[in-house]
This record gives sequence, structure tokens and C-alpha cells, in this order.
Amino acid sequence: MNRFDYARADSIGAAIAAAGTPGGSFLAGGTNLLDLMKIGAATPERLIDISRLPLDRIEDTDGGLRIGAMVRNADIARHPEVLARYPALAEALLSGASAQLRNAATTGGNVMQATRCSYFQDPLSPCNRREPGSGCGALGGRTRNHAVLGWDEGCIAVHPSDMCVALAAYDAVVEITGPEGSRDVPMATFHPLPDAAGAGTPALAEGEIVTHIRLPDPGGMARNARYLKLRERTSFAFALVSAAAALEIRDGVIVSARLALGGVAARPWRCHEAEAMLVGMVPTRGSFTVAAAEALTGATPSGDNAHKIELARRIAVRALDLAAAGTPDRLPALPASAFAGEDNG
Amino acid sequence: MDDMLNTQGHVRLGSSAGQPLTRRDGILKVTGAAPYAADARPEGVLHAVTLAAGIARGRVARLNSAAAEAHPGVVKVYTPANTPALAVSPDEKIHPFVWRMEVLQDDRVRYAGQPIAMVVAETLEAATEAARLLAPDYEAEPHRVTLDDAEPFDTETTAFGRPANMTKGDLATARATSSRHVTTQVDTSAQYHNAMEPHAITAQWVGDRLEIDTPNQAIGLSKQTFSAFLGIAPEQILLRSPFIGGGFGSKAILYGAQLLTILAARDLERPVKLALRRDQVYGPTGHRAPTRQTLRIDMDDMGRITALDHDTITLTSSFDQFLESASNASHSLYAAPVLRTTHHGRRADVGTPGPMRAPGEAPGSAALEIAMDEAARAAGLDPLDFRLLNHADTDPASGMSFSSKALRECYAEAAGRFGWAGRPQEPRQMREGRLLKGWGMGTAQFPCPMFQAAAHATLRADGSAVVETSAADMGQGAWTALAQIAADGLGIDIDKVEFRSGHSDLPDAGVAGGSGHTATAGTALFNAGSDAVRQLADLATQDPASPLFGAGNAGVTARSGRLWRNDDDRSEAYEDILARAGLELIRGEGTGAREGEPTHAMFSHGAVFAEVLVDPDLGQVRVSRLIGAFAAGRIINPALARSQLLGGMIWGIGMALQEEALHDTRSGRFVNNDLAGYHVPVNADAPMVEAITVHEDDPFVNALGIKGVGEIGVTGTVGAIGNAVWHATGVRPGRFPIHPETLI
Ligand SMILES: Cc1cc2nc3c(=O)[nH]c(=O)nc-3n(C[C@H](O)[C@H](O)[C@H](O)COP(=O)(O)OP(=O)(O)OC[C@H]3O[C@@H](n4cnc5c(N)ncnc54)[C@H](O)[C@@H]3O)c2cc1C
Ligand code: SF4
Repeated sequence: MNRFDYARADSIGAAIAAAGTPGGSFLAGGTNLLDLMKIGAATPERLIDISRLPLDRIEDTDGGLRIGAMVRNADIARHPEVLARYPALAEALLSGASAQLRNAATTGGNVMQATRCSYFQDPLSPCNRREPGSGCGALGGRTRNHAVLGWDEGCIAVHPSDMCVALAAYDAVVEITGPEGSRDVPMATFHPLPDAAGAGTPALAEGEIVTHIRLPDPGGMARNARYLKLRERTSFAFALVSAAAALEIRDGVIVSARLALGGVAARPWRCHEAEAMLVGMVPTRGSFTVAAAEALTGATPSGDNAHKIELARRIAVRALDLAAAGTPDRLPALPASAFAGEDNG
Repeated sequence: MDDMLNTQGHVRLGSSAGQPLTRRDGILKVTGAAPYAADARPEGVLHAVTLAAGIARGRVARLNSAAAEAHPGVVKVYTPANTPALAVSPDEKIHPFVWRMEVLQDDRVRYAGQPIAMVVAETLEAATEAARLLAPDYEAEPHRVTLDDAEPFDTETTAFGRPANMTKGDLATARATSSRHVTTQVDTSAQYHNAMEPHAITAQWVGDRLEIDTPNQAIGLSKQTFSAFLGIAPEQILLRSPFIGGGFGSKAILYGAQLLTILAARDLERPVKLALRRDQVYGPTGHRAPTRQTLRIDMDDMGRITALDHDTITLTSSFDQFLESASNASHSLYAAPVLRTTHHGRRADVGTPGPMRAPGEAPGSAALEIAMDEAARAAGLDPLDFRLLNHADTDPASGMSFSSKALRECYAEAAGRFGWAGRPQEPRQMREGRLLKGWGMGTAQFPCPMFQAAAHATLRADGSAVVETSAADMGQGAWTALAQIAADGLGIDIDKVEFRSGHSDLPDAGVAGGSGHTATAGTALFNAGSDAVRQLADLATQDPASPLFGAGNAGVTARSGRLWRNDDDRSEAYEDILARAGLELIRGEGTGAREGEPTHAMFSHGAVFAEVLVDPDLGQVRVSRLIGAFAAGRIINPALARSQLLGGMIWGIGMALQEEALHDTRSGRFVNNDLAGYHVPVNADAPMVEAITVHEDDPFVNALGIKGVGEIGVTGTVGAIGNAVWHATGVRPGRFPIHPETLI
């Protein structure tokens, strides 16, 4: 591990000032950054510890919620208002990592977590994301976990967060503050898509910090929302593919639909066309199959991962199915799992 | 029938063996007080970090030693240019259990992950960063890391010097006269042990005596090996390994960085500690090699096997020769009158594979049980009926009788508990809600080797005892099970037994491997206890002042810390006998080993039944129930044995559904050498696992009747899960682990 300086920021202003020069990195829960430092995939010169910033509250805003960047993942997932209004968010969070990690991981850190692309994690491999201009080490390699949507030769990595997929489906907005002031960016377009040259322009400019996530009123979708995640073991694994789905159904007809896919692209993949298609349809498997096919129309394998396209299509159908069936009163013991149980008997 | 009359090995075990005692070291472990090697912090300790090769084949052309040496806190950088030589080349195989090691003897790179330099510094952080600063340049050569492109390498022997090929009977004739056959191909993946505790060593020289703390499964052997390479007498070495955070075979074989650390400690005249990171374990410390197995089963009209042919292609390193002996799993399990097993090696630029929990048996059983299911289907028989029809009453490979074999009872017990009866023959017949449900089974089998062990048992004046043997506790519970046996050997309560273990100044307990540790070290301890008791009895029966005087002919029995006359009910306490004789202690010695050539085939057996649920849309699999019944001779501690069996079965879940180490074929480096990328089962993957033990008396396996439970749980399980997946989906897995996308 390289030698680095450490400073704790007492205020948002101090944090921004400290991060405004090259070589600085925010340290929140540390569950991602410290791992990357240990394997030499991240080599910051300065750590700015933001974990004590007063951003650790979930506030009610007219009909919605505003979640501070320092709120721990576990605390969002167990928040009564989140469970009541945004159950797919709770389910997504609880399907991620392990209980210990969720207790440490922060909202901001989850949004900003690095890709799990193994070539990004291997300092000996070229990687445009880690070292702009060096090339993409993953292209042509082991790409089972890589992107099938929105990728370019510059980078084929996927964003690994479960939380962000649900946030994107709920039209969440990321609040950012920096040296130039504050700005809002929709979660669904916050993470850059790659281009031929690399991973795209970073989501945050130098010195910028994520302060909050804002969730708008879910309206009539509160009780028809689910998150579903396919993984290689029943718990404690990143998504092979995942989907967040929410529906508003009135008189047996879909009046509003949300669908976002995870594990398929460098950002949570919001499927606007598929959503538009669903409006006015009856919530049947047939409708969902048509919509899911639409959601994946642009998909192409970036390597040995063609199967992900079919899996993503299928998980979209299943998530919509589950959403239509209604959110269970209590989240299942195995959140977001195919084996959750409530529809098995 | 002769077998049944033979009582040569009858031993009466007293009140400790057979009890489900909790672990004697349990509190130490859960409170963190149990010392592990990396916990050692001798005064002035330095930290070593190795640099792992980033290419798979070639040579190191340049290392930036100057940059590393200039890094604050760095004490020394070892490269091939300045590493002290060993007394014997590390490329020498001084005995079959020594792998060729990398001790910076030259600039060759033989696999990615190989240590090519080592930095020693005042702090771990400084050593880590300096190792990075070494920024090597390589002259790379073309490499190969997979079965598909590796170079053929046929040898006479597989793992541990076993013959690579064997044929019994006339295969051509058997095939020509058989009425049906099935051919099955199954691939298994490369796997890493991933013990919770990564490898570590702390070495210090105290004068000319070397003290090392390192987790080790073969303390006596390792001391000998270290002494040979270092050119010092074995007595100059103290190896401590009181607790091992999981070994699974990976800590039975020495690796080069251990020797490097010892050399550095000698060179720098300070203690040096090396604790591998998880990713550094991948490559130099052994693994289970991938296999490609092809089985052909020929049958008659009734479904009786007429010939069994099992071929394994497997990968080994370019410089050593351990071959995973998977085909041997077919030697002794089913009644095949004609049998052929073959192994073909392939050389690749990977670290040398080594023993990993049920080496050979695990992948071999996985493929054999899949093939057996296909054969059952071809014969139109239920998988269990087919296996019963082909039950081997004598060992097909050797022709010998089994020393004991309660396999039929295992089938019955596990099948009953599972509810196997009424299973539909066809696949895709059962559902649970929208999930597909399938049932599959497999037979478990594991041999019962014994090694060489010695032990001391000393009775003390207060009636307590200390027993000593350098056993290895890897979490399996040796501290408890062995103490139970020792207490019975001495005829005293286990709470009066002080158990000293885990360092090399004690009598050698042999290797903790092959599921033979309890049998071997336990026999030595029991014999040592008996020896002490015999001496005590001699004292008492010859002493006119003892109530036991003159009992010599009828004999005495040791029980509850007293000797009892066999001819009346008089007895005397150990303390009193010793006190009258004016003795502080009496020391017994014992050994454990199998004497002479085996007269029987000796195996543990079991039957494993699996239920899986498969999501029909997504292909995700979950093992919803796993029930195994095992016959493993005398069970010394039912609680510990159950944990071992459950652990083995869960290991089988991992092998069937998750575990797979992957290389990038272009760079030769691993892409998933951490626990986030290399998946082992978690709790949610094993919701219901049950292990039953079936009573089995074995008068031949050893005097105590102990077989072994450490590895057998893996066998049978992988195939059972694969077969259940077929039953759920109709898809026959051709490869483990089974990926979701292959099932949709
Ligand atoms: C073994 C393992 C399994 C996991 N499994 C899953 C999973 O299944 N699903 C899933 O979604 N996640 C998973 N995770 C990832 C986990 O969610 C993240 O590690 C965690 O959310 C990061 O949060 P943190 O607070 O610890 O971030 P840190 O590690 O402190 O920071 C991560 C990055 O974010 C930056 N950062 C942090 N806060 C801010 C801020 N407010 N503004 C700007 N930048 C900021 C940091 O500079 C750093 O670059 C797993 C992690 C591990 C280690
Ligand atoms: S896919 Fe992206 S993150 Fe992975 S190596 Fe290529 S550029 Fe780097």
C-alpha cells in the first residue's frame, strides 16, 4: 500500500476544499476503497475522512425522502418509511453484500463504489478506468460478468451496486456539492457510459461530493415494487443480472411502470421504452415478456457473456411479475432471491 | 464368516470415547485467545512480503531493487542475486511429500503468482509498498494455463506415487458381450482450499536453534524437511502449530516462502514474519487441479455392470508431477468384474497442484456418480436400486473382503429419512410453487489409511496425566477427540488429562491428512496410556501392601483412575499406587501404525441424497435438502464427527455449484483470487444439511476400530447434487460448478 496522508473533514466545505487538489480521495465506510488500496488498484495520496460529516439522516420531504450520504446501507434498508414507500430499495440493499458490510457501507460510498471488473482490480492489467488511456484489459478476456448494454470498446465494465438500480427505478436524484456550487443529477444518468476511448467523464468533478439522495413520491407504486437478483450463491454475491420493477395498476391496467436492470451496464439501466410500452397494458406475463424484449433490444455481448442478455430479459419479466403480484407485507428472509419463498408454495 | 470370528483387534474403550464432548479448545477459539501463527509477535519482529510474478512463464529480466531499498523502513530486498543458498536445492524432491519450491534459486518464472522477490521491512505496510516498487520487467515466453492447450505428460504414477493406470479383466470381451453401455464426460474445475487462515510463518533463531510458528498439518515430517533444506539437525528446529485455521491439505506441503522467511531471519538476525494475503495463496500453496473425466459403463440385460472404464485428464505444473487421481474413485465402489482406470497428465504454467480435501476421490466421485445415474437410466432402474444391484460385496480392485461395510444400512437410513421412495423416474416431474424440484443421490466412499505416530502418556502422583503427541488441530477437533481416546487408554476421567500437542518437540503424531489422523495418533495415545497402566499394574500386583497384590494372573482393569482386580471387587487408586512406590510419575510410550500388509479392503462408506430447487427462468440452483448417512467405524465424538461430515457435504455444495478458480488465458493470472470472486457456500446455500452416522464395528481397520470422517462427506455429495439438478431440469451437467445459464 502506498503512503498517504489522512485528514478528517469537519464540514462539507472543508471536505470539498481538501479534495479540490489531485490525489485526494474521500473515505466513507471504507469497505470498497481500503480493499482497492490494499491490492494497489487505488493509490490515493490523501484520504479525506468524511464519515463524521453531519449527513447521516433520512428526512421526510413532501411525499418523498432525502437520504444523507453518510447513512449506512443497513439503516436505509430498515427505515420504516423506506419499507413502506420504497420496498424495492430496501430489498435491493438487503440483497447486497453481508450484514457486516451493510452496517459499514454508506449511501455515498455505495453510489461511488468501483466496478468489480477483475482487470480493474489487477494493477498489472491495462484499464482505462483505473489508468485512462492504457486500454481495456477485459476486452477479449474473462468477461462473463461484463456489460451487454451501453458499453464501448473503451470499457465494458458494469456498475455493481444493487441500491443504485432500485434508486434509478424510483427516479432518485443525486445531490452534489463542489467548489463550483451544487447540482442535481438523476441517478439513472449519474454514472457515465463509456466511449471508444475509455470509461467516460467521471461522474464527479474534482472536489465534488455526494451529499444526499432524493427520492420523489412513489405515488401509486408503493405496494407494487420488487427487486430480483440472480447470483451464483444464495446470498453474499454480486448480481449476475438484476432488476427493479415498480408498477401502478388501476382497474387491472398498468398506468405507470418502472424498470431498471443491474449487472448489465456501467450504470443502472433504466428502460424507458419498455416502461412506456407497459402503460395501458394488462399486467400479464405476456405484456411483461414484450416489454422485457424491448428493454434488451440494444443489447450485445461484450465477450463470452451472450447468456446475460437472455438472463436479463428473463429477470425483467420475473421482476415485473413479482411487482404485479404485490409487495409482500414483510420482506422475505432471502431478499431479492429466486428462493425468497413467498411465491414458491 | 471367518471375518466375524476374528477378534484380534478387540479393544474396550471406556467412558470418554463415544461422548459428544464440546471442544476443549472452544472457549480459546471463540474468545480469540487461541494463538495462530500470524499472532506471534516476537520482540523486534520484521515483516516480509513476497512479490508475485505477473507472467506465467519466462524470466525476470530486471527488478528495481534500488527503489524498494530506498523506501523508508525497508531492511532488505531478497532477489535471486542475494538470497542465501539452501543446503539442498529446492528443486530437489528429497521425498515424495516435498514439492519443488521457489526459493529465489533462479530468475525463472514458472507460473503467475510465483514469488520472485521478497522484501523485509520494519512494518507490513512498508514491505508491501516496497514490493510494489520492485516493478519487475520480464522476458515472457508463451504459456498455457488450461486443459485445452496444455502439453501432454504421461507418468507411471499419480498423486502420492499411486499407479496411474490399472486394468483388471478383459475389457474388449466384456464390451463385446454387454448389452448396453453409457459414456459420460464430466469436467471439474480448479479449486483453492481457501482456508479461513491464509498461510503464515514467523521464524526466529535463538542461538543456533530455529523456532518457527506456522500452521502445519505434518509437524514431524515438516521438521525433517526444513532441517534437510537448511542443513541443520532436526533437533535444532522447534516448529509450533498449536492451531490451524483450516488446512484441507494445503498446509501439509511446504512452500518456498516459508524457507525464504527462515533464511531472512537467519541472515538479518531478527525474527521475521510472513503472512500471505489471500491472493498470494493462489499459486504457490497447492490447489485441486481441473479434470476432464470420461467414463464408460457397460451392463448386461439386468443392469448389472460388466465393465467400468474411467479415464482422467488432469493438469499439473510444468516442473512437478502431482496428478489428481480421480479415476481411482472407481476402484472399489461398485461391483465391476472388469475394470480399467487411467490417468493422463497435462503440463501447464501453473503452480503445482496438491492434496485438497478428498484429493482424487472428490472429482472422481463427482463424475462416477453422474455416470452411474446415466447408467441407471439406461437400465431403466431407480438410481438407488441400480446402485444396490451393483453393490460390491468384495473389493473389485483387490479382490479382498471389506474390513466392514455398512453401506446398505447407509442407503436405507438416508433414503428413509429423505423420503426417496416414490421418486418419479422422469425429470421435471416435481415442483415447489413455480420452482423445479429434483432429487438425486450418490454413494460416498473414502479409504482408511494409517500413518506413523508416537505418543507419551504420563501418569502423575495426583492421579492426573499429561499426554503428548504433535497432533494438528485444523478445526476438526483433534484436541478433544484425541484427548478422549487418551483418557480411555489411561482409564481416567478426561478432565484429568492435560493434552499437549502441536509442536515438534513432542512425539510425532504423523500427518493430519487422509482422514487418518484420529486413527493414527489416537492409536499411539491409546497405546501410550495402556503402557503406563501396565507399568502401574506391575507395581501394584507385585506389592504385598497393595490390595491388588497377586492379581497378576487374573489381571486388573483400569477404570476411573483406579485399578480393579478382575478376580474380586478390590481396587486401588493410581495416586496410592504411585505414592507407595515413591514415584512422582510413570511414563508410557506408544505408537500407532498399521502393521503388515493389509488383509482387507478398508473404506468408510456413505449415501447422500440431495434435493434441489431450480428457478426455471433464471437457472439458479439451491440445495434445499441434503441428507447423508455414513458408516465410518467407531465414532469417537459424535458432535465433532457430525461437524466434519456436514462440513464435507457443504464443501460438496461448493464444488457442485460455486467453486472455480479462473485464469485469464492471455496473461496466465487469476481473475478471481479473492473471496468476493471465488465463491464458497454461505449459510443460505445450506439451509438443511443432515449427517447421520450408522453403527459399524470394524475389527480390522485398527485396534480402536476408527475409520475417518474428514473427507468422505465431499464424496457422493457433488454427484448427488448434479443428479438432482438433472432430475429437476432434464439437463445433465457436463461440468462442475453448474452455472445458471446452462440450465435455461
Ligand atoms: C465482499 C463484498 C461484497 C459486496 N457485495 C455487494 C453486493 O452484493 N451489492 C452491492 O451493491 N454492493 C456490494 N458490495 C459493495 C458495497 O456496497 C460497497 O463497498 C459500499 O457500498 C461502499 O461504501 P463505503 O461507505 O464503504 O465506501 P468507501 O469504500 O469509503 O468509498 C467508496 C468510494 O466512494 C467514494 N465516496 C464515498 N463517499 C462519497 C461521497 N459522499 N461523495 C463522493 N464520493 C464518495 C470514495 O472516495 C471511494 O472512491 C460488496 C462489498 C464487498 C467488500
Ligand atoms: S472493462 Fe473497464 S474497468 Fe474493466 S479493464 Fe476494461 S476499462 Fe478497466
